[in-house]
Amino acid sequence: MAVKLILRDKEYEVRPGMALVDALKKNNIVPEAVIATRDGEMITDDEILRDGDVVKLIAVISGG
Amino acid sequence: MKCRKCENKASIHMRQHKLALCKEHYLEWVPEQTERFIKKYEMFAPEEKILVAVSGGKDSLSLWHILLKLGYQADGLYLGLGIDGGINYSHESQRLTEEFAAKNNLKLHIVDIEKEYGQPIPVIAQRSHRGDGKPCAVCGLAKRHEMNRIARDLGYDVLATGHNLDDEAAVLFGNTLNWSSEYLLRQGPVLPGTAGLARKVKPLCRFYEREMTAYAILSGIEYIYEECPFAEGSQSIFYKESLNQLETARPGAKLIFYLNFLEAKKSGNLFLEKNVEMADLHPCPKCGQPTSTPDFCSFCRMIEKTKDN
Ligand code: SF4
Ligand SMILES: [Zn+2]
Ligand SMILES: [Zn+2]
Repeated sequence: MAVKLILRDKEYEVRPGMALVDALKKNNIVPEAVIATRDGEMITDDEILRDGDVVKLIAVISGG
Repeated sequence: MKCRKCENKASIHMRQHKLALCKEHYLEWVPEQTERFIKKYEMFAPEEKILVAVSGGKDSLSLWHILLKLGYQADGLYLGLGIDGGINYSHESQRLTEEFAAKNNLKLHIVDIEKEYGQPIPVIAQRSHRGDGKPCAVCGLAKRHEMNRIARDLGYDVLATGHNLDDEAAVLFGNTLNWSSEYLLRQGPVLPGTAGLARKVKPLCRFYEREMTAYAILSGIEYIYEECPFAEGSQSIFYKESLNQLETARPGAKLIFYLNFLEAKKSGNLFLEKNVEMADLHPCPKCGQPTSTPDFCSFCRMIEKTKDN
């Protein structure tokens, strides 16, 4: 198992034990541009990701 | 991370304010702040009738939600643009807007561009040959025109839109890159009304887009997550992404960019060419270069200081 990040139709795997903010940066996701939820709850950037976590990322930018 | 107000686990951390809040306190904080901005920028009074332009997106539905929480009289206006883009964009956003209105027992006006003018936005754009291949210029023009029309015809005092800080900062960024002084001077949280045109206000203009998304999610507002298909690759999205890169490296940069612009504009000095006032300058007694600091110039003072030590 690992930690999974899901953003739109893309999935990223990261090591457990990492802070969310580092996991985002590692995958070139700008933290300012997403909201993260885990088990339906919003979590903050400093959250340490645990083995088996599935983090759903919600893009915040809209245009037009 | 803990909520600053109650020590519960925080749901959101806003770096630019050095503030983390739990769900409950965040849902109190956003309307409180909105009320503060409404008063600060003198947007409207409690007895005024507000028309909220709602698109089905997170910002406008949240704005409507917040205004009601604050006790304002706010009705909605949805414009049916007739955009499909393979994702049924207009239908879906209208459905979500109608659901929101029904659920909260709100009055919603719906104007369908095709019914009103014979063609949906993408067709008008094609036939009018405006805006190279993208309907956005036509869409923007039609939206402004229709919002003004409905506000005037139905006697609303003020028209409120859901523009957030990222929207405003992106526009400001674009106008600054081009030094479009006329646009710069018109940009702000309030555009005063004139004969036949309702006042326009942006009560969310100091919230980050991220904060508005959080508000919609935590309030359980169902909004349209998919973009308008024509927004893809747009300049405003590119500017927003660029500003977010900057924000990540320097938290608060977006906020400062926008707020200091408003301050500079208010001071009236933004585009005044000033004579460099020679009167305030005198020669430094040490080196003779003109300086505005009393006595020695800054350089000579620095050198003097280093000698002392
Ligand atoms: S992206 Fe363009 S076409 Fe789509 S809603 Fe915005 S302005 Fe209109
Ligand atoms: Zn709290
Ligand atoms: Zn006209």
